[in-house]
Amino acid sequence: MGASRTKVAVIDPSGRLLGHAVKKSGIDFSVTAAACLDAALEMAGASREDIVRAVSTGYGRGNVAFVTEKSKTEIGCLAKGCYHYFPEAITVIDIGGQDNKIINLDAAGRRSSFKMNRKCAAGTGAFLEEMASRLDISLEEMNGLARQSQEMIKLGSYCTVFSATEVLESIRNGKRVPDIVKGLFYSVIKRVLEMDILSGQVVMTGGVVACNPYIVEMAEEMIGRPVLLPELPQLAGAVGAALYALDDKPETA
Amino acid sequence: MSEEKKVVRKKIQATDQMNKIMSDYFYGLNEAATTGSKKVAWCTSVGPAELLRAMGFAVHFPENHAAMLGATRLSNEMIPVANAIGYSPDICSYLTADIGAYLKGMTPLSKAYPGIESVPKPDVLVYNTNQCRDVQDWLAWYSEKLGVPMIGIASPKNVNEVTDSHIDDVASQIQALVPTLEAITGEKLDLERLRETVSLSRQCTELWKDVLETATASPAPITFFDSTIHMGPAVVLRGTQEAIDYYRVLLAELKERVANGVGAVEGESLRIYWEGMPVWGRLRQHSEMFAELKAAVLASTYCSSWIFPAFDPGDPFRSMAKAYLELFIVRADAYKGEYIKEMLAKFRIDGIIYHDAKTCPYNSNNRYGMPQRLERETGIPALVISGDLNDLRCVSDEQTKTNVEAFIEQLEEGK
Ligand code: SF4
Repeated sequence: MGASRTKVAVIDPSGRLLGHAVKKSGIDFSVTAAACLDAALEMAGASREDIVRAVSTGYGRGNVAFVTEKSKTEIGCLAKGCYHYFPEAITVIDIGGQDNKIINLDAAGRRSSFKMNRKCAAGTGAFLEEMASRLDISLEEMNGLARQSQEMIKLGSYCTVFSATEVLESIRNGKRVPDIVKGLFYSVIKRVLEMDILSGQVVMTGGVVACNPYIVEMAEEMIGRPVLLPELPQLAGAVGAALYALDDKPETA
Repeated sequence: MSEEKKVVRKKIQATDQMNKIMSDYFYGLNEAATTGSKKVAWCTSVGPAELLRAMGFAVHFPENHAAMLGATRLSNEMIPVANAIGYSPDICSYLTADIGAYLKGMTPLSKAYPGIESVPKPDVLVYNTNQCRDVQDWLAWYSEKLGVPMIGIASPKNVNEVTDSHIDDVASQIQALVPTLEAITGEKLDLERLRETVSLSRQCTELWKDVLETATASPAPITFFDSTIHMGPAVVLRGTQEAIDYYRVLLAELKERVANGVGAVEGESLRIYWEGMPVWGRLRQHSEMFAELKAAVLASTYCSSWIFPAFDPGDPFRSMAKAYLELFIVRADAYKGEYIKEMLAKFRIDGIIYHDAKTCPYNSNNRYGMPQRLERETGIPALVISGDLNDLRCVSDEQTKTNVEAFIEQLEEGK
């Protein structure tokens, strides 16, 4: 249950992904969670009675008592989900709607450190949402626009409010929207790279990454090495939670 | 929320006695200020309180008052008032909370101690910049507002090794305060009394050290969150017999806990060090959050800062100077790093949490690469959480919770 989007992953005992769903978390977390759960179960051809165990994660991890009381942090779940796909020393960069994380895992999949973004929206999906509204474009258009950029316009500030002023100034100066959007992407990646050093093979996840493949290409260029993506980057945390559920020994039979 | 189990925090029995001596202290101050029975000095937390006490002043500590504003969360309404008159939200939120409260004409003392109407009106304001510049700016505001003299010590800062020349400097600055203070009290300084006061302070801080070191036991009988409360007498009553008597009682109780294997955190499974200030308005929440995770936050730089081994009645001025200089906050990072490493070893720590307090750079030791350095050298994982001592506008409970829980998961997985 992310602050911005709710994701559900349904796996079988071998860890295979059978069903999944993503929905806007909205204002009633329990209702969204239930709808999202049912959608994922339907895709898996299953129903709620078939759930053996479940683990919740994310901002609303305490709002899903109707399916499970067990929870893990999103940091733990992202780590677990990514290591499942890439069992080696990895650095997970997650760019979500509300926050960013960098998680370093050793070759055995143990977390050696993690960082979350600080108080502000810099470098998060929320930043892109704010800027999209300033530019009067939809979030979905951003990726395609950034790709058309010929001359990226870099932002100087890391404050969302200051950035908005810079964007307005660019608009006033007749700059092209694609160039501005690419600059916004650049800023998001920059903010994330400032958080920590990337010690392992880089894996990127999160909704912003899933919806904007161009961000991944830009990140590869900026860090000078290839970036791995799980099959469904936005689902990595949900898959990790499901894997934790799989690991859990039933307490009472 | 349904998932949250209620943690029962074991009450420290000595608390009642502490409340009594703290209450006596505040009423005593109030009496001095309202009847004029004693002159009142305001003093910064590691300012020359020994000298002031020996000269017969009733001593008020603005930082203690500000921490009360934080703990009662009254600071939320006070800080913006000071912001509005030009004291930035980026500077010490003790200062802004305290000045804001003064401007609003309110104090948490009134509620806690019926009959006390305001902070005690000072006759003199005494600072030591050994901790930060903010304390001087803070008292300067009152000096102007109330027309009260301000005197103090401009301390060396970022000292790696405390040398004789540092001590000479500060000792002579302390001595230079005496004539002004004598003019206010109308009495000469009695050197014998100063020696006694320094001796009492020494005993107090030694007992406080013993109290904190009971937490070297597993399970630890006291947490950081308890200690931030129980250090009250060490802060405001150092140099008095009452503080000493209190710590004897507290120490005995904690030793008994240790002997009986009683821990402050039920089922202690992880031992955490806290580097930085507490978030006063979240003491209880934080205490419960860690207890639920079976993590004992049991030692800290902050509470250990009121241990002054240097006090020596044989050489009061120089030993006061040395004590005020040897303070952790006065030291350079090289010293600080070694100090923290010793603490991590002494208390057998599994993980260290740095509180990056937005408005106090002096107590936020994560900003110059310390966590990374010490993690490399000790292998003990570190977490930095963003917050503040008094300004809850800088605190995100959800982020704190997620960070702490993820850190505890990491430590458990690494065990
Ligand atoms: S050390 Fe920090 S909290 Fe204490 S008075 Fe100075 S700035 Fe404020």
